[in-house]
Amino acid sequence: MQSKVGYIIGFSVAICLVCSVIVSGSAVGLKERQETNKVLDRQKKVLMVAGLMEEGVKLAPADVDALFNSRIRSILVDLKSGEVDTTTDLSTFDQAKATKDPEQSEAMEKNRAGVGRVPHKALVYQLSKEAMKEDGTGFELEAWILPVSGRGLWSTLYGYISLATDFNEIRGLIFYQHAETPGLGGEVDNKLWKAKWPGRLVFGPKGSEPTSWDGVKVAVIKGQAGTVEEAPHNVDGLSGATITSNGVTYLLRFWLSENGFGPFIKNSLSSQGTETAALQAGGDVR
Amino acid sequence: MSQSKQALLDPLFDNNPIALQVLGICSALAVTTKMETSCVMALAVVAVLTLSNLSVSLIRNYIPPSIRIIVQLTIIASLVIVTDQILKAFVYEISKQLSVFVGLIITNCIVMGRAEAYAMQNSPGHSLLDGVGNGLGYGLVIIIVGFFRELLGSGTLFGVEILAPVTTGGWYQPNGLMVLAPAAFFLIGGFIWILRTYKPEQVTED
Repeated sequence: MQSKVGYIIGFSVAICLVCSVIVSGSAVGLKERQETNKVLDRQKKVLMVAGLMEEGVKLAPADVDALFNSRIRSILVDLKSGEVDTTTDLSTFDQAKATKDPEQSEAMEKNRAGVGRVPHKALVYQLSKEAMKEDGTGFELEAWILPVSGRGLWSTLYGYISLATDFNEIRGLIFYQHAETPGLGGEVDNKLWKAKWPGRLVFGPKGSEPTSWDGVKVAVIKGQAGTVEEAPHNVDGLSGATITSNGVTYLLRFWLSENGFGPFIKNSLSSQGTETAALQAGGDVR
Repeated sequence: MSQSKQALLDPLFDNNPIALQVLGICSALAVTTKMETSCVMALAVVAVLTLSNLSVSLIRNYIPPSIRIIVQLTIIASLVIVTDQILKAFVYEISKQLSVFVGLIITNCIVMGRAEAYAMQNSPGHSLLDGVGNGLGYGLVIIIVGFFRELLGSGTLFGVEILAPVTTGGWYQPNGLMVLAPAAFFLIGGFIWILRTYKPEQVTED
C-alpha cells in the first residue's frame, strides 16, 4: 500500500500540513515577544552609548524601557533636507528595513565607507539632561546619538556615535554589531579603546564657529595619537587592524558629511534656539 | 546493558557522534568561541534531535520508503525553525550570536543520521533516548571545546573574567589562535586522541 502514488501524495500533504501549522503557529505566537526583544535591544545600545547603562550590567526589561523613555527622545530625520519628519509613526519605523527597501532608500556611489544604500530617513536620538516627565516636558538637550555603519575588513560595522549639542565634541562611540577578527579588528569593543573617544572633536577646534569648519576631521590614525589636548581629531589605531581602523574613519566621515547627517547637522546648528521648540511641537516624544 | 540505557549512554563516549563518527564538525567549529553560545547550541541540538527522533519513530511504519528522506527533512526543518523562533523570543542576544548556525542544524549530519539510522527502525521510546544521548554526546564535546577556547582565548568563562587579559590591564596574554576556527580542530583532535587512548577499540585500522 505504501508504494501507491495516491498514498504517497496523501502522506506528503498530511506531513506538510502538520509541519506548516506547527511552524506558522510558533512564528505567529512568538512574534510579539520577538518584536519587544528587538526594540529592547536597540534601546540598550542607545543607553550604552549615552553612558546611562554600563556594558555587561543586566537590567530588567521594564527598567530599560523606563530609563529609555525618560531620558531619550527619538526623532526621525530626512537625510536629504535635514528636516525633522513628524509625519511618520516612529514605533513602526524600521531603519534596517528601510535601508533595504528601494522605495525608502537610495543607492550610493562607490565610497570608501562601503555604504551601499542610505535610507531617506534615519532615526536620531536626543539625550535629555534630566529625566523627562510623562508628557515629554522637562527636556533639555544634552547630546545627540546618531546611527553609523560602514565596512571594516570582514564585515559591516554597525554602531552609534554620541555627540555633544554642538555636534563637534564626541561623547562616545560604540559598535553593536560586527564580525571583525577577535583580538585585532574586534578590539573596537575594547573598553580602553572606546575610552579614547570622549572629548575628541569632529569638525574644528573646541568651541569654534560652525562657519569655520571644513569637513570632518576626526580620524583613527596609525599608532598612538596622544591625549585629547595633543590630538583633538585623532584616535589611536588598532594594532594589526589597519583596515578596520580606516573603516571606522571612513564611516564616520561618510555619516557626518553631506551624504549622511550633514544637512541635518547644518540645519540644527543654524536654527538652534527655535529648533527645540519646533521639535516639541512635533508631538512624538518617544 | 539494556537497550534503553545503551541508547542513552553509548553516544557519550563509546559512540560519540563527533569523536567517533566525526559528524557535525562545521557547527562545532563555529559556535564554540564562548561557553554561552556552546551551551545554547548544545541544548538546541538536544531538543531538535530528541523531537525529530521521536516524531520520525512514531510514524516510521507509515512513511513511504520512496520519500522517507524528504519526510525526515521536512520534520527536522520544521523543528529547527521552531527552535530558532523560541531562541529569538527568549534569549535574543544569544540567538543573534548563533545567527545562521541554528538554522544550519538542519544540515547537521547527526540529526539526519540518527533519524535514518536509528529512529526508522526502533520504537519511539528508544529513539527518544537515542536522540537525547546523541545530542548530549555532541553537546559534551562542544562544551569542552567552548570551555578551553573561551578560557584561553578571552580569559573568561560565561563572560566572567577568570584570567585578567593584558588588554584591560591584567597579566594574561590571550591566545589569539583560540578564538579562530582552527583552534576547535586542535581541541577536537586532542579530545579524539585522549578518548582513543583510553578506549583503544575506537582506533580505526589503516
